[in-house]
Amino acid sequence: MKIGVFVCHCGTNIAQTVDVEEVAKAAAKLPKVKFAATYKYMCSSPGQALIVEAIKEKALDRIVVSACSPNLHEKTFRKCLEDAGINAYLVEMANIREHCSWVHRDKLEATRKAIELVRLAVAKVSRSRPLEKTYVPIEKKVLIIGGGISGIQSAIDIAFAKYPVVIVEREPSIGGRMAGFDKTFPTLDCAACILTPKMVTVSQNKYVTIHTYSEVMEVTGHVGDFTVKIRKKARAVDLNKCTGCGACFAKCPVKVDSEFDMGLGKRTAIYVPFPQAVPNVPVIDREHCLWFQKKACGACKKVCPFGAIEYDMQDEIIEEKFGAIIVATGFTQFDHSVYGEYGYGRYKDVITGLHFERMVNSSGPTGGKIARPSDGKSAKDVVFIHCIGSRDEQKGVPYCSRVCCMYTAKHALLLKEHDKDAQAYVFYIDIRAAGKNYEEFVKKVQDEYGAIYLRGRVSRIFEKAGKLIVRGADTLSGAQIEIKADLVVLATGLVAQDDAATLAQMLHIPYDQNRLFTELHPKLAPVETITNGIFLTGACQSPKDIPDAVATASAASVKALGLLIQDRLEKEPLIAKVDTDLCSGCKACVTACPFNAIEMKEVEVKKLKRKKSVAEVVKGVCTGCGNCTAVCRMSAIDLEGFTNRQIIEEIEAL
Amino acid sequence: MTQYAIRNTQYAKDWEPRIVGFLCNWCSYAGADLAGTSRMEYPANVTIIRVPCSGRMNPLFVLKCLMNGADGVLVSGCHTGDCHYSQGNYYARRRFAVLKRFLEYIGIDPRRFQMSWVSASEGAKWARLICELVSEIKEAGPNNMGTIKDA
Repeated sequence: MKIGVFVCHCGTNIAQTVDVEEVAKAAAKLPKVKFAATYKYMCSSPGQALIVEAIKEKALDRIVVSACSPNLHEKTFRKCLEDAGINAYLVEMANIREHCSWVHRDKLEATRKAIELVRLAVAKVSRSRPLEKTYVPIEKKVLIIGGGISGIQSAIDIAFAKYPVVIVEREPSIGGRMAGFDKTFPTLDCAACILTPKMVTVSQNKYVTIHTYSEVMEVTGHVGDFTVKIRKKARAVDLNKCTGCGACFAKCPVKVDSEFDMGLGKRTAIYVPFPQAVPNVPVIDREHCLWFQKKACGACKKVCPFGAIEYDMQDEIIEEKFGAIIVATGFTQFDHSVYGEYGYGRYKDVITGLHFERMVNSSGPTGGKIARPSDGKSAKDVVFIHCIGSRDEQKGVPYCSRVCCMYTAKHALLLKEHDKDAQAYVFYIDIRAAGKNYEEFVKKVQDEYGAIYLRGRVSRIFEKAGKLIVRGADTLSGAQIEIKADLVVLATGLVAQDDAATLAQMLHIPYDQNRLFTELHPKLAPVETITNGIFLTGACQSPKDIPDAVATASAASVKALGLLIQDRLEKEPLIAKVDTDLCSGCKACVTACPFNAIEMKEVEVKKLKRKKSVAEVVKGVCTGCGNCTAVCRMSAIDLEGFTNRQIIEEIEAL
Repeated sequence: MTQYAIRNTQYAKDWEPRIVGFLCNWCSYAGADLAGTSRMEYPANVTIIRVPCSGRMNPLFVLKCLMNGADGVLVSGCHTGDCHYSQGNYYARRRFAVLKRFLEYIGIDPRRFQMSWVSASEGAKWARLICELVSEIKEAGPNNMGTIKDA
């Protein structure tokens, strides 16, 4: 056996805390190590060429690369070994950057630890076996969870490449949050005008299937072969028969607060959430429908000319296979009721940005009039407060929601456009307007639309003589400010959906302390997740404005398509393997396997001239978790890439 | 290969504990990676061995480490419900709850074996955990079961 050790400087990332030459010298002295070298950047082309050359010249048959995390470059170096003509799985990485040079300062200590990590990797690789990749077929279909702007864009991109795609949206219509917006910053395009055509395009595309009013219940399987259970909630309206004529909701006697209009307007019990809904088919809200509550009324069924109303429709559960999944579940508003001092809930005229969007919309509940919800009078002095929930570690989330500075500026502009006599006051902490034409937009709102920007926080809001008294500080002038406002708009931050963690657990993707889904790499793999075949787009990963949501949607689509265009999928051979001679057929592994990947089979025992029952790993199903290995009393089942022998060897090398 | 020896309990003042950390690839290993990318400093006493899942961990690996003279062993996996392989961490949790009591029973300071759940986004938690772990093992003193070959 001839092991080669390659120690990376990573520029100064490793070399400044770890004496790489010393590491290489120590490595060269280890048994079986025939060659050790250092290089500035091992992952670069010349770095890889160095490895290939050494393998060929010195006839090396095992390689240790002492560099960064294997999660970053293990694949790179496996490929490198393949290029050199030896088996790709005969390489081990010693993580001397993330786990050493970046977390320790003392050069002596760090170097000692780096040498130890290399020694472990050498020990492990000495027990590595050549492995052959396996291949599995790919289901050439993509699932998109969420039908907002991100999901819609992803679907359009995938359908453009002529691959089938399914959108699952839990609301009765696709469109998501954007459908509720009035205008969009900084260009002031009307949101509906740019979104509706996309909604129509996606719904008419023959490669796209849309399940609205549906939810993903269960996801099993792995990249190329996900099995997904989808619950299609009963609409009580037949999608095929309904023409969207609207006769039913014209006759419905029930009036309840409209979710789409943020409770500022009313809807009926049978309703389409908004006029441009796709599909333009109503849904019955069973909680409020008189038929479902009291078996009374039935007006909608009577007036429907097409017999589309079906009260006894049941939820339907369908199961479909997908090769890749794009998660586009978006965001929800921060619950600002924690800020008691702002009186939300107590004062009707304290609203959020999303309320304002509906209010300012000409087809919205007030017909575009900026009216006080309390008395319907038009609001003249409007106070906007930034960072509600954002950048507040005590009561909210620590991050910046990215879009609030911009949407508040837009609101201030729209306020003036709707009413020349109105005045906007904006309390801010910092103005974050990083984006194309964003800074210019904010400047325009201040200079041309006369919005007064006050740097400081509001301490209290209270009601007095029909006005909202807003007390705050202008930290730039040092003055205490008191504004008699008609309306207060809170710029609430963007947070993860309430059930984000449940979905993440279903998909086996990680999420952070804010329940935002975690990308594979914050810079180099922003739409991928650690779970192969699952991609992220939009605000479920972090707060995003529309351009960013659309950009990540297209990025996720390309990643999904990159998988789908392959004839077959390469599968890592790092799976369990049974030594049938040792196996006693106790079935402990069968019960322990979370994936039902182990079956029993009969084998002939030649010596004893009889048959015995042994475990067998189903290659396509095994995910390589290794749970079976720990329960095996005979150590008959082992995990390739992390064999008992390899781990013991590492322990021995400590 | 192992050289058993009884280590002198009167250990040198500059004694530094040697701790082995078995980290699951998807959560804790990635969390330790994040501590690195975020440049969070922590003591260099822990040597990390990567395993695919905490469920891969055979309790014998822990015993082997202690027999070889490791002063402490850490097994770290994904939080409840977050296991990349659905249930591996549940198996680990049960398995190692038993081991911990067993270690106590056979007279090994239970502080020497610890479990933790660190997610891929908890770099800070990882760094903090190591600081605490190292000071706890320092209190426990050197493991006199054997000795690890010197570097």
